[in-house]
Amino acid sequence: MSTEAGSGLRDDELPGLLRGSLDHCVKCTICETACPVSNVTPLFPGPKYCGPQAERYRVADEPSVEWSVDYCSGCGICTQVCPQGVKIAEINAQARNKIKREHGVALRDRIITRPTVLGRLGTPVAPVANLSLRLRPARILAEKLLGVHREAPAPRFAGRRFSRWAKRHTSPRTGRKVVYFHGCGTEYYEPWEGEKVVALLEHNGFEVEVPKQDCCGLPLQSSGLFDDARRTVLRLARALAPFVRDDDTIIVGNATSCTLMLKREAREILGLADDPALKRVSERTWDICELLLDLHDRGELRTDFRPVNETIAYHAPCQQQGHFIGKPALDLLALIPGLEVREMTARCCGVAGTYGLKAEKYEIAMKAGDALFTQIRASGAPSVACDSETCRWQITHATGRPSVHPIDYLHRAYGL
Amino acid sequence: MRRELHFDAVVIGAGTAGLTAGARLAEAGARVAVLTKGVGSTHLAPGTVDVLGYAPERVSEPGRALEDLVRSRVDHPYALVGRGCVVEALQWFGERVAAGPFPGYRYVGGLERNHLLPTAIGALRPSALIPETMAAGDCAAGGASAARVCVVGVRALRDFHPALCAANLERAGVDARSVELNLALDRADQNALGVARRFDDPGWRAWFCAELSPHLRGEERVGLPAMLGSTDPHGVWSDLGRRLGRPVFEIPTLPPSVPGMRLFEVLRSSLRAAGGRLILGAEVVGAERSGERVSSVQAHAAGEERRYLARWVVLATGGFASGAIELDSRWVTRERVLGLPVRGAPGADEPRFVSTYLDEQPLARAGVAVTGDLRAEGVENVLVAGAALPGAAAWREGSGEGIALATGFRAAEVVSEAEGARAGQPGRSEAVV
Repeated sequence: MSTEAGSGLRDDELPGLLRGSLDHCVKCTICETACPVSNVTPLFPGPKYCGPQAERYRVADEPSVEWSVDYCSGCGICTQVCPQGVKIAEINAQARNKIKREHGVALRDRIITRPTVLGRLGTPVAPVANLSLRLRPARILAEKLLGVHREAPAPRFAGRRFSRWAKRHTSPRTGRKVVYFHGCGTEYYEPWEGEKVVALLEHNGFEVEVPKQDCCGLPLQSSGLFDDARRTVLRLARALAPFVRDDDTIIVGNATSCTLMLKREAREILGLADDPALKRVSERTWDICELLLDLHDRGELRTDFRPVNETIAYHAPCQQQGHFIGKPALDLLALIPGLEVREMTARCCGVAGTYGLKAEKYEIAMKAGDALFTQIRASGAPSVACDSETCRWQITHATGRPSVHPIDYLHRAYGL
Repeated sequence: MRRELHFDAVVIGAGTAGLTAGARLAEAGARVAVLTKGVGSTHLAPGTVDVLGYAPERVSEPGRALEDLVRSRVDHPYALVGRGCVVEALQWFGERVAAGPFPGYRYVGGLERNHLLPTAIGALRPSALIPETMAAGDCAAGGASAARVCVVGVRALRDFHPALCAANLERAGVDARSVELNLALDRADQNALGVARRFDDPGWRAWFCAELSPHLRGEERVGLPAMLGSTDPHGVWSDLGRRLGRPVFEIPTLPPSVPGMRLFEVLRSSLRAAGGRLILGAEVVGAERSGERVSSVQAHAAGEERRYLARWVVLATGGFASGAIELDSRWVTRERVLGLPVRGAPGADEPRFVSTYLDEQPLARAGVAVTGDLRAEGVENVLVAGAALPGAAAWREGSGEGIALATGFRAAEVVSEAEGARAGQPGRSEAVV
């Protein structure tokens, strides 16, 4: 197995601490109550069986004894709800990676986990790329050849890149600097989201810097391509770290799963806890809603909001919950006069990044999200707010309702 | 920028005590954050509110027994809050259930008399305030019904054996028999929540009732494992009663507990409706003191710990079972979150344990030392609620949820009263500054 730059650890040496946590499992089943996958398919026997229980049978240097853990979507909810601190999702991520190391990674998983490459290829030919992503014969072919489900929600290339806009844009010099990590979703698919983030931050007195940046490596990590994921996230960390010049400068991102990768997952799952650049970036990274609510709590957020007379459903995605900061978007949206926000309590939309795109997992992902889709339909809200782009695409695909990042509503209410 | 958040009150722990304290404080106008390491006791407990089941003999009138307890056991949590507080807390809870996320769902009973409810193994458990979905299972003299109990199980449901349940009920003097349905589920092994999700579907319910009906006889009442719906318990339970044409009741299962999850959801939504914040994964890993006050707590978060500054802290972390209080290998007992002094642990020369597992263990009454108004000794602004309190052996007494609810409720009142006094207002204040 390869030795990885940055960690100095072999993949199978990483999980010592994670593995140690399994002894805290008291078999209380709380993770089972929350797992979106095991509740809808017998193919995944659940976080408790696959995690702390099966881990006892996984021996370094010996082959994996069973593969059901490949059906774990990696949403991370099990770890969030565990009252004993067992790192269930992290243990399962290691086990999944071991299977990939033993048996190789499908071509599909090498392709769909590289948003930067896809984005660079698709952007210049966006009309054609978007058309072919929606042409039935093309999708059937993609399913047969690659294993990308023909119905799976495919994003649209915007045809322009956020970074190009950012290069031309000059943020007013206020001296209060913030570093913006926009992620690939904003770069290639939803550049307008990035423009809104910048406008919101500037409206609140920040001078926004946009470093040149690439993917965080999360899709690679969640498909078990740990070596590639490490290289990718370390490259990003080294691109961002020089911008964090002092203790007052922070990095803020609107892609909640990507900021979580920087904050925690790269360090805990990929074993990069000791990389100095990543550590600096990890500690200084904030989710956009976390930052805005914090400003509000300090009395520093502008509240010159116009009424937005709408009802919306709000879904806090699994990865957002993994920040362990509550649901700041709920309190932010509550500041907007006229806006009625219905909190969705079902936990997961099922897609888990790229999980729901895979032909053999698409149906499971749709079933996993069904409780949420049912709540959204029953809420009477014509549109949905959600912090993660892949979850938004899945929600819109399943419910037919438009979905946007919560900051869209703040942007509108400010009249920007 | 630093991750520092300012609140009026921070509650540590999201079990019944913590969520009650948090919701009450938020309702009184305080800015509240409930910090929790994970989801807690609610999902493991039966979802009933047991106020006092044994004192030490089985209690049939909990209100009266409570008065005796309050008089005779001055160190007991109930003695610290008083009977009146228990009454108010139950009332408040009932109202929150009625206004909660499950239309029509309500709790029945109170302090007048205990119900005797079958457990999953067919023992009879005294409980004061219970979900309506369990009421028809009451086997107390003068209770819901003297009709025969038909315990119905589903083969794939793990840890529920209707024949065992019925046989033990018979031994306890309840006329009972059992039916086990071998229904095709998509897996060999299922927990109560998995089956509850199927009951959400009216089509599945119709099919279930059609399968069950031929097995039922005479005037029997039907006891099912507590799995009647994950989203609309009142609707599912009413529908089953209608379809089967007889009383239907839920029997609490081994974890996960579907009624316990409902209880969590009722309290969580009360907290949220009042503007309180629940922060999952925020394990408290440190605290700062200034003089006789805890000025802030540090909690785990992704990337970097967050510092929560608050005028008040409610410690509702549970006792030994949750790991909030520990006994180390040198026989030292300590409270792990804030390092508060523990009272009630056996001395160095006294036994900590007795060899009969199910008897009351000497260590069971240990808890965080508090003054009469639930304040931690030596700390002005920390209140203690629930199983972290000393003086009760809740699982022997059948008093866990009653103590959690009443002390969580009272802790919030103490804060409101103190803040009211600080603001120069007479008596109780509805607004916390």
